Amino acid sequence: MSGAALLDVDRLTMRFGGLVAIDELSFAADKEKITAVIGPNGAGKTTVFNCLTGFYRPTAGNLALHRDGQELRLERMEGWRIARDAGIARTFQNIRLFAGMTVLENLIIAQHTRLMRASGWSIAGLLGLAGYRQAEAEALDRAREWLDRIGLVPRADTIAGTLPYGDQRRLEIARAMCTEPALLCLDEPAAGLNPRESHELNRLLLSIRDRYRIAILLIEHDMNVVMGISDRVVVLDYGRKIADGTPQEVRNDPAVIKAYLGEPEA
Amino acid sequence: MDFLRLAKESALAGFVALILAIPLAGFDTNQLGTGTTIGTRPSWVAIAVVAVFVGRFLLGLLPKRRGGDRPPVVSLFIAEHQRVLGWLGLALAVVWPFLPFSSQYLLDLATAVLIYMMLGWGLGVVVGLAGLLNLGYAAFYAVGAYTLALTSAYWGLGFWEALPLAGLCAAIVGILLALPVLRLRGDYLAIVTLGFGEIIRIILINWQSFTYGPNGVNGLPRPTFFGLPLVARAPGGGKTFAQFFGIEFNQSQRYIFLYFVTLALALVVNVFILRLRRLPVGRAWEALREDEIASRALGINPVNVKLSAFAIGALLAGFAGTFFAARQSFVSPESFNFQESATVLAIVVLGGMGSQLGIALAAIILVTLPEFGREFAQFRMLLFGAAMVGIMIWRPRGLFSLRTPSITLSGRQAPQ
Repeated sequence: MSGAALLDVDRLTMRFGGLVAIDELSFAADKEKITAVIGPNGAGKTTVFNCLTGFYRPTAGNLALHRDGQELRLERMEGWRIARDAGIARTFQNIRLFAGMTVLENLIIAQHTRLMRASGWSIAGLLGLAGYRQAEAEALDRAREWLDRIGLVPRADTIAGTLPYGDQRRLEIARAMCTEPALLCLDEPAAGLNPRESHELNRLLLSIRDRYRIAILLIEHDMNVVMGISDRVVVLDYGRKIADGTPQEVRNDPAVIKAYLGEPEA
Repeated sequence: MDFLRLAKESALAGFVALILAIPLAGFDTNQLGTGTTIGTRPSWVAIAVVAVFVGRFLLGLLPKRRGGDRPPVVSLFIAEHQRVLGWLGLALAVVWPFLPFSSQYLLDLATAVLIYMMLGWGLGVVVGLAGLLNLGYAAFYAVGAYTLALTSAYWGLGFWEALPLAGLCAAIVGILLALPVLRLRGDYLAIVTLGFGEIIRIILINWQSFTYGPNGVNGLPRPTFFGLPLVARAPGGGKTFAQFFGIEFNQSQRYIFLYFVTLALALVVNVFILRLRRLPVGRAWEALREDEIASRALGINPVNVKLSAFAIGALLAGFAGTFFAARQSFVSPESFNFQESATVLAIVVLGGMGSQLGIALAAIILVTLPEFGREFAQFRMLLFGAAMVGIMIWRPRGLFSLRTPSITLSGRQAPQ
């Protein structure tokens, strides 16, 4: 199993002053698998994400990403480098789209790294050279493909901030996917979705895993999503890992039941 | 309609007007032989109070506006016909010097408008696109103007040699300012840039041995036509523009020439920014303005993006500064005070953040408006202030605040 690990989290610790948000957490996310991180509110799930994506610098511990035979040490990298070089894309608990720009522009900006390189530090782009024009056409094709997948082709040129909530959630996932990541981190993608929408989300995530062969790391409260699609579930409580296994194993783990439902009265 | 409440509110407004009018309009000075005496003008105070009372009352009678989020018809019209309006404006600009009512004064004014247009477009990159509030923009303008002044004073460089240097110097200064303020946003950034603008001006005043201090620099070179000066007699016995083409020298030729050179550069600047906006850099500027955290999560390096916005904005201000200096043939530090930065910012805000045509129209309005007020002499600034207040009430998001997408799926309404 360890040979297939894309991401290795090793004794990750994050302290804010005296508060220990994450305490020596170790887990792995495998290639081409969906790993869910669950836990009660305040368990430190989003903090794990923020450490992974470079928004926080961990107090201690290692975050290693294995890509193309290389090991990248995320805890030493800046956030934008993690996104660009390690190929980790993320969505946010409170959606962070470029709300004043169009749906299509959101997907094009996600392809910034590739387009910037093609535009030759903007010089080739300013001159309108063929290389850049072709790169832009490819970016447009990729964006159109994703618009099609999330069913937003007719809304491509509308302002992203005016979309309904569920569409914004899916657009944010599509935007993250347009960066062509190796690992997709989703922070509560089903929050605020109705049952039909969360069912669609399940299908979308499974198709991303199977079609693009990437790993997904997922924070979620919606147990239909977690149990329905996860290959592996990591359970946190007060910043510690209390369970780690298949959905079946976790569901029956007494420690998990205790964390969620409290001690049975003696 | 609650007339009693409205009357009460109007009375209150009238009372405020009374307090303001007594010191502002209630006194006048009379020249009496050797001294001055202070007189009172109760009628002026009465007029002000009555005008405010009646005005407030009438405003209250107006029906409340509904659905304020819908863009007004005028901006919709302008947004829809941007391309046509842009070309019409350009055509007007080209024939402007040859119109029957054209005069040296109008031509000079139009040159000033074009310079401010360039400044507005340049600051539009920093404030409108990248969302970095810059209150010290005049500093880069000053660097451009002084590059021309000092390179000509010390090394005898002409306008055309100094122009690229001015852009370069301003861009370097822009990057130097940007480096320490990369972490700042919003109000904090505004304060630092405000201070920076003052620092540059104070350096220009106090470094007498280098910058000639508050007296400024005189006799700056004007642009030549491929080396042919536009003067009556060429220095050093060379040919002048008029001699070369075998025409009579006329003072207005110089104005027309400067006007067209400015117009040409303004056009280049416009096309440059329009193209940049549709490139990855331009989109990254806007992405950073919309959400810096999301931009970073997509692999955009915020440092490079901010530096490039500051550098491009400063570069354009440097060019505009060179034209400003050449137009007056004189620079002094006092031309680059905060008022100047505020005017350019007002052009950007009024133009509606990131709309090229909007900024052009705003530049025309804000540069010519004070000129119209000249007859009113002492009330000129009052008029200007009233106009700005009106704009804030009726068009708080700028006159033409409709953003054109940098790319569209349907290909229709391509940005221009």
